[in-house]
Amino acid sequence: MTTLDAKIPEGSLAEKWTKHKNNINLVNPANKRNIDIIVVGTGLAGASASATLAELGYNVKTFCFQDSPRRAHSIAAQGGINASKNYQGDGDSDYRLFYDTVKGGDYRSREANVYRLAEVSGNIIDQCVAQGVPFAREYGGLLDNRSFGGVLVSRTFYAKGQTGQQLLLGAYSAMNRQINRGKIKSYTRHEMMDIVLIDGKARGIIARDMISGKIERHSAHAVVLASGGYGNVFFLSTNAMGSNVTAAWRAHRRGAFFANPCFTQIHPTCIPVSGELQSKLTLMSESLRNDGRIWVPAKKEDAEAVRAGKLKPTQIPEEDRDYYLERRYPAFGNLVPRDVASRAAKERCDAGYGVNKTGEAVYLDFASAIERYGKEKAYSSGIENPTAAQIKKLGDEVIEAKYGNLFDMYEKIIDENPYKTPMMIYPAVHYTMGGLWVDYNLMTTIPGCYATGESNFSDHGANRLGASALMQGLADGYFVLPYTIGDYLADDIRTGPISTDHKSFEEAEKNVIDQLESLINVKGDKPVDYFHKKLGKIMWNKCGMSRNEKELKEAIYEISELRQEFYSNVRVTGDAHSKNSELEKAARVADFLELGELFAKDALDRNESCGGHFREEYQTEDGEALRDDDNYRYVSAWEYKGEPKDAVLHKEQLVYDNIELKTRSYK
Amino acid sequence: MKLTLKIWRQKSADTKGRLETYNVDGIEEDMSFLEMLDVLNDKLVNEGTEPVEFDHDCREGICGSCSLMINGEPHGPDRKITTCQLHMRRFNDGDTIVIEPFRAKAFPIIKDLIVDRTSFDRIQQAGGFISVNTSGNTIDANTIPIEKENADMSFNAATCIGCGACVAACKNASAMLFTSAKVSQFALLPQGEVEAHERVMSMVDQMDKEGFGNCTNTGACEIECPKGISLENIARMNREYLSASVAG
Repeated sequence: MTTLDAKIPEGSLAEKWTKHKNNINLVNPANKRNIDIIVVGTGLAGASASATLAELGYNVKTFCFQDSPRRAHSIAAQGGINASKNYQGDGDSDYRLFYDTVKGGDYRSREANVYRLAEVSGNIIDQCVAQGVPFAREYGGLLDNRSFGGVLVSRTFYAKGQTGQQLLLGAYSAMNRQINRGKIKSYTRHEMMDIVLIDGKARGIIARDMISGKIERHSAHAVVLASGGYGNVFFLSTNAMGSNVTAAWRAHRRGAFFANPCFTQIHPTCIPVSGELQSKLTLMSESLRNDGRIWVPAKKEDAEAVRAGKLKPTQIPEEDRDYYLERRYPAFGNLVPRDVASRAAKERCDAGYGVNKTGEAVYLDFASAIERYGKEKAYSSGIENPTAAQIKKLGDEVIEAKYGNLFDMYEKIIDENPYKTPMMIYPAVHYTMGGLWVDYNLMTTIPGCYATGESNFSDHGANRLGASALMQGLADGYFVLPYTIGDYLADDIRTGPISTDHKSFEEAEKNVIDQLESLINVKGDKPVDYFHKKLGKIMWNKCGMSRNEKELKEAIYEISELRQEFYSNVRVTGDAHSKNSELEKAARVADFLELGELFAKDALDRNESCGGHFREEYQTEDGEALRDDDNYRYVSAWEYKGEPKDAVLHKEQLVYDNIELKTRSYK
Repeated sequence: MKLTLKIWRQKSADTKGRLETYNVDGIEEDMSFLEMLDVLNDKLVNEGTEPVEFDHDCREGICGSCSLMINGEPHGPDRKITTCQLHMRRFNDGDTIVIEPFRAKAFPIIKDLIVDRTSFDRIQQAGGFISVNTSGNTIDANTIPIEKENADMSFNAATCIGCGACVAACKNASAMLFTSAKVSQFALLPQGEVEAHERVMSMVDQMDKEGFGNCTNTGACEIECPKGISLENIARMNREYLSASVAG
C-alpha cells in the first residue's frame, strides 16, 4: 500500500493558503496563451473555472452533455450559499465556518482544504454581486441571510429558492464573456468518453458528439473534471436525468483514485416516491426547515388512520403530534444536519408512524410559522386584535415571499396545497461527498488531471452541510484551481501544442468506438432502464440510509451478477452514428454498474458509522452513529485494477491539528 | 388511463418529418408528462423500434431543457409550468394528445422533438454579462445598497430558464421576452448600468441576426412563459434600446 501525499502546505492553518500561493510557480501571461486546458462539465465548478482560466489567458475548451452550459444541474440547487461574512453580527468567522464544516462532515474531511474553503467564501459573495447575481436583500438594501442545518449562525445567502440557478447563470455569463472574446470554445451536446494519457500525464480527452455520433479527439496540457456527483447510481435521486459518473469513472479506470465512494448524502426533505414508474425525485430545500416543523403522529392508530385516508393531519391535536427532531435534539431541533434528520425520519417510518400510502413519509408543517409571521406582520402593520383569518392571510404572504416557488413546485407534483395542509417529505439521494481523490492542489493521482466541485471528495467528509455545495463549486472554480493549476503548467510553457495523432489518442478512440459498438451488438431483451432501476433498488435497499455487513456482501454479489447480465442481455436500439439517447444511457449505466460495486465494497471496509455512512453494527445505545477514529480516520482511495472486486485500497490518514475530535452532538 | 399520441418524428435536420400515432396504456394520474413518454419509449424499445427523442434533464422545472408543443401550446395546457412539471391528472382517459417540437426558424430541428436552441446562447454571448473579472478582488458585497424593489424585479427577470417557450408561442417567433429578461436583470442593478447601452445594442443585434421575428405586442409569450417573465421587460428593453440609440 502506498501512502498518499496530499501536499498540504506547511504553516499554521490560517497561513497555509496565502503562503502556498506565494510559493507556487506562476505562468507568465504571454506563455498562458500557448497553453490549452480542457474543462469537462459546466456547472458551478466547471463554468467558474473556465471563465477564470480564460480571463487569465489560457485557451479553454469546455464540454457539456446538455444543449447549453446553462443547464448543468447546479441550476437546480435551491436554498443558498454559505459565506463567513458575519453580516448578521452573530459571531461568524472563517474559523467557525471551517469548524462547522469539519464537524458537520463528521471529521472525515481534510482540515487544510476546508479552512481554505471558508477563507475564500466571502470573496464568492463579492464576486457574484459584482457580476449581477440578484441575491435577496433587506429593505435597507443590504444582503439578507438565513440559517441552514448543523450551524448556529445565519450565514446563508440566497435568491429565493433558486440560488443555484442565479449563481450558475452568473458563472455562465462570465463564461459567455470569454466565449465572446474567443478564449473559450464551448462544445455542447458532447460527452467525455475517455481521458488520454501521454507519458503518464493527462493530455486530452475522447468526446462523442451526441448529435452526429462522431468520436472526436481533443488535446490539452491539462484536463479539469467538473462533472458532478454520482447520485444516479441509485436510479432515483434528486439529480438530473443525465447526471452521471462516466467522466470521473473513465478517469478512475485510467489511474485516478476514487475516494470514499460510500459517502453519499440522503437529503431529508424530498417529495416522497409515488409510484413504480417514477423517474426522479424532487428536493424541497433545506431552507424550509428554518420555518417548517417536522412531525409524525404520536399514536400509531392515528398514523394508520392517516395512511388509510380516514384522518387528516390538520385534525390531529398538538398533544398527539411527535415533533421527533425537537424531542431528540433540543439544541438544533429541526435544523440538525441532513444525515441526522434523514435517519430520524427513517426510524419513525420503520417504527410504523409514516404518513402516506407507502408509510414512507413524514410531515413538514408550516402552520406555526404562518401564525407567528402573521401576528408579527399584523402588529407591524398596526392591526389591533387581528382575526385568525387575517393572521393566516398575512402569514401566508410572508411564507410565499420566502418559499413561494417551492410551495408551487410541491403543489404541482402532489396536488395538495401546503399553505393549508402540511407537506409530506421523505429522504432521497441528493449529493455524493465521495469522488475522485485530489491533493491540496485539486489534482487527482493522474498528473495534469484535476477534479473540482462535487466530482472530488475533499471538503465535505462523510456529510455535507446545506448551502456548502455551491460554496465549494465556486471556490474551487473561481479561486483555487486557477492558482494551483499554474504550478503544474509552469513546466509546460515550452511543450507546444499536443498532437492528437499520438498513439494514446488512437488507442483511446478505438476503445470508445469498440465499447459503443459492443453495447449495440448485444441485442438482448432488456432496455437499459431495466438494469439501471434494478441497480438502484439494490443500492437503495442495501447501501442506503443504513447498511450492514450481510447486506453489503449481498449487494456486491448482486451488482456483479447484474453487470454480467447487462453485457449479455441489454438491448440498445438505433446506431452509434446519430442522436441516440438509449446508447448514451447504456454507456453511463455500464459505469454505474462498476461504481455501485466499489461503493458497496467501500462501505463494507468502513467498520464504523460516520456522517451519511451508517453501519447498523456500529451505533450508540440511543441509535446515534458510532465513529471509530482510531481505526478509520482515513480517506479510502481506491485504485482501479480491472474488476471492482480487485480494487486496491490506499489510505490517506487524516490529521486534525486544529480541531479536537469529538462525538458529534446536536442534542 | 389509455391515450392516443400523435408525435412528430423526424430522423434528422435534413430529412422530412411526419406525425406518427401511438397508443399507450396504464398511464397513472400522478405520473408526469415525461414519465408518460418514458412509458411509451419503454414500449418502443421492447418492440425493437427507436424511441422518441426529446430534451429533458432536471425534471423539476428549472434547467430549461424540456420543451414540446402539447396540443398546440408550449409546455402544455397549464400556466407557469414546464412540460416536466405537467402531470397526467390534467388529461382524461381516451384523450388524443398531439406532441410537436418548438417551431421557429432560429430553432432548427435536430431529431424528433429535439430542437437546436444555441441561438439563445449566442444572444447571451453577445452581451449578456457584466465585464468584471472573476478574481474576487472587487468591492465588498454590501458596499452598494440596492433598493429591495429593484433587486426583486431584477431577480424576477433573472429567473428566465431559456427554454424558448416565448419564441414557440409567438406568431413571429420573436425572442424579445428572452432577450429583454437579461437586459432588464442588469439594467435594474447598479453593477449592470455601466455597460447598459453597449449590452442592449449587441444583444438585440445578435437576436436579429439569428433570424428571430419582430415583436407585435400580442403578449402570447408572457402567457406561455413557465416562469411568468413579464412583458414589462420588453418595454424596458425598448426604452434601453432607444436611449442607447440616441446616445449613439
